[in-house]
Amino acid sequence: MARVEAEVGVEKSGIMKWIDDRFPFTETLKLHATEYYASKNFNIWYIFGVLATVVLVLQIVTGIFLTMNYKPAAADAFASVEYIMRDVEWGWLIRYMHSTGASFFFIIVYLHMFRGLLYGSYKKPRELIWIIGMLIFLVLMAEAFAGYLLPWGQMSYWGAQVIISLFGAIPFVGEALVELIRGDYSISDITLNRFFALHVIVLPLALIALVFVHIVALHHVGSNNPDGIEIKDHKGPDGIPLDGIAFHPYHTTKDLVYIIAFLIVFSFVVFFAPDMGGYFLEHANFEPANTMATPEHIAPVWYFTPFYAILRAVPSKFWGMFLMVLAVALPFALPWLDRSRVKSIRYRGWIYRLALTLFVISFIALGYLGLKPADTVYVYLAQFFSVIYFSFFLLMPYYSSIDKTKPVPDRVVYHG
Amino acid sequence: MTDDVDRNRRHFLTLATAVTGVVGIAAASVPFLASLQPSARAQALGAPVEVPLGSLDPGEMVRVMWRGKLVYVLRRDPTMLERLNAARELLKDPDSLVVEQQPAYAANDHRSVKPEYLVIEGACTHLGCAPLPQFAAGSLEADWQGGFFCPCHGSKFDLSGRVYDGVPAPTNLRVPPYRFVRDDLIMIGVDSGAA
Amino acid sequence: MDNGNKKRHSFGSGFRTFAAAALVICISSTSALASEGGAELEHTGNDVDNIQSLQRGARNFMNYCSGCHSAQYVRYNSVARDLELTEDQIANNLMFNADNTFETIVSSMRIEDARRWFGQQPPDMSLIARAKGTDYVYNFLKGFYIDPDSPTGVDNRVLEGTSMPHVLWQLQGYQHANFVETPVGDEGITKTEFAGFEYLTEGTMSAEDFDGFVRDTANFLEYIAEPERSTRRKVGVWVIIFLFVFLAIAIMLKKEYWKDVN
Repeated sequence: MARVEAEVGVEKSGIMKWIDDRFPFTETLKLHATEYYASKNFNIWYIFGVLATVVLVLQIVTGIFLTMNYKPAAADAFASVEYIMRDVEWGWLIRYMHSTGASFFFIIVYLHMFRGLLYGSYKKPRELIWIIGMLIFLVLMAEAFAGYLLPWGQMSYWGAQVIISLFGAIPFVGEALVELIRGDYSISDITLNRFFALHVIVLPLALIALVFVHIVALHHVGSNNPDGIEIKDHKGPDGIPLDGIAFHPYHTTKDLVYIIAFLIVFSFVVFFAPDMGGYFLEHANFEPANTMATPEHIAPVWYFTPFYAILRAVPSKFWGMFLMVLAVALPFALPWLDRSRVKSIRYRGWIYRLALTLFVISFIALGYLGLKPADTVYVYLAQFFSVIYFSFFLLMPYYSSIDKTKPVPDRVVYHG
Repeated sequence: MTDDVDRNRRHFLTLATAVTGVVGIAAASVPFLASLQPSARAQALGAPVEVPLGSLDPGEMVRVMWRGKLVYVLRRDPTMLERLNAARELLKDPDSLVVEQQPAYAANDHRSVKPEYLVIEGACTHLGCAPLPQFAAGSLEADWQGGFFCPCHGSKFDLSGRVYDGVPAPTNLRVPPYRFVRDDLIMIGVDSGAA
Repeated sequence: MDNGNKKRHSFGSGFRTFAAAALVICISSTSALASEGGAELEHTGNDVDNIQSLQRGARNFMNYCSGCHSAQYVRYNSVARDLELTEDQIANNLMFNADNTFETIVSSMRIEDARRWFGQQPPDMSLIARAKGTDYVYNFLKGFYIDPDSPTGVDNRVLEGTSMPHVLWQLQGYQHANFVETPVGDEGITKTEFAGFEYLTEGTMSAEDFDGFVRDTANFLEYIAEPERSTRRKVGVWVIIFLFVFLAIAIMLKKEYWKDVN
């Protein structure tokens, strides 16, 4: 097949040589870009890792500019956000990018994780990538939760009240732990102050470190593909996988197209629907936190609602919290729960396809139910879908081993 | 197969993408840089301040704040005005030729709208310390004609805030924009263009 | 192999269905606010891009509301700029509680007085339309009715038990609210439903003019809740146009490089 010699870092002269003698610049570039080979048959599901990185950068940049004007104190926080929205030049844009970015981060990460389920990206030899990814997801949830308190609106305050109280359900240490998190007897200025520290320093640092490790691990074993075939098993005489193409310039040019397409969608929300009908910016959060009055209807931001629905499905504080933690923890075990011999859904039988479909339906349904008030009907529905959610994981060792698989081809399927 | 590749087209498209990308990033960075400018609140807090002159006796000086900066308003008495040009040859820029240091209407010997009233920023042009008033002749050294003395690094200015030669401060003290609302009231921070 | 290809297509279309569903949920959710809080709200029908309406609304707000209600994040000079008024016009006609146009709209009512008179401080109006919805504001302002049991003599259909008096009574007149009791189930439980207003006394404005007055006021409140809205939309158009151009170039570049792969 034709392959044009990558043009970056080929000639070694002058300043590049000087640098390369002291820092593995060209070598790193080769390892991760011009000579990192990934399958040529990536489909749209393979874009979300790159998009998540783009959003991470957006969040960091906009976040830095927000901290220049935000005041992490109960008396000033709400006003300082309005100050950003009105008095700071272009502050509204920076704030909307950050708030919209938060929601898009979760949309992208959920789709990224779903890709893993579609094509078995968590299976050997990529178990560790999956576990690091799950850790990223955990840190991201903490980051989003800490960030949501900062505007100090009604939803910020009462949402944090509810979620922090969850820790109180832990036997013996619960109440002490809750006080330790809040640093006070109720959510207060002190809590806000430390959540600010977590949101802008601790958790972003953890996030960046984990993302780095995630990518290093990925580039070590190589990317999976929609066929779930190890492209390294079939190398040409030059030692390059036959189905692989260099990340740069092939995947980079392709990713750029998708990044711009994503930015169009993102801009559409930022400029024309920053509230997203009350889901990205909740209406009640335009009222300053009032410790005397809970809003009529309180629900977490949409990206937490699937887990929130599971919590509410159980009429017991301890077991509700237990199941919610379990719902987040179970996916960690996926590499060992899945006994299928094949990775990709393309070669799996009807059982896994059905299971995954039901799982996706139940996840979306739980997300919807978590937004609704805790009426009896909704609670019953949440219980029903919670059972499906947990069954997907807990029954997987059984159904994945009896599922009829199709023969996996040697080479990836690609129709140029 | 490699021969099929149109290298010119490839180079052109790479360049086009790079240029568009750079334009996009440059445009996107405008709001971020603009957000660093003084905000509407800073502008409100930095609004012009009024200084009544009625209670200011000849030879007296008041200190006021404008935009967080110290501003001196000195009412010079006739002897001070007479002394203005006594040490002219020792000054670095006696004719206020450095245009950034004063509005056009203050580029004169008295560096003010009305000779009697000097309005000047109390920030040494060396490193920003507040110069001390040393108005009495001979108070600093034998042939001192009165003026301002910066305690930080010894810069000297005359009674119009003009810098002496041979001191660390490079230019005359800055005159802020101001105008007379009435004979006994000035507003610092706005002027009516040329006075 | 063909099988794999077919699957690829089915997942592609699955993704499209998913995206469409997400879009539908997002769009339908804009009505989420209206359905909250019980009372059915009449649609305001305002237009935040109508500068004349906003100017009238600003006049209404400053004359009838700003005595008690602040809009503490809103500066007079930014209102002047956005409403195409000169700062002098604002300063001379609309600025009752401030000396300079760069100040924010703060009511002259002292907090202690407010607490004594109303039991609480009248809420700030900067964000009320964003927190409660413009329709809420519109219906609230039209929703006062005579209630002899209330200390202010009136209650409000939208916010029952409100401590706000009927400030606009001279314009609107007083109205009576009809309620009907409808049984729910068969255990004697009834539900009280609002069944329209009737005028008891005429105001100086016709009902139609009063609606316009309240619509302009609600419109102004919607504007101050997000003053940058019109800038946002104007900038957005250009950003998206630029991105589409960029997208076209990037697609050409990708196709050019991928000739090697195919």
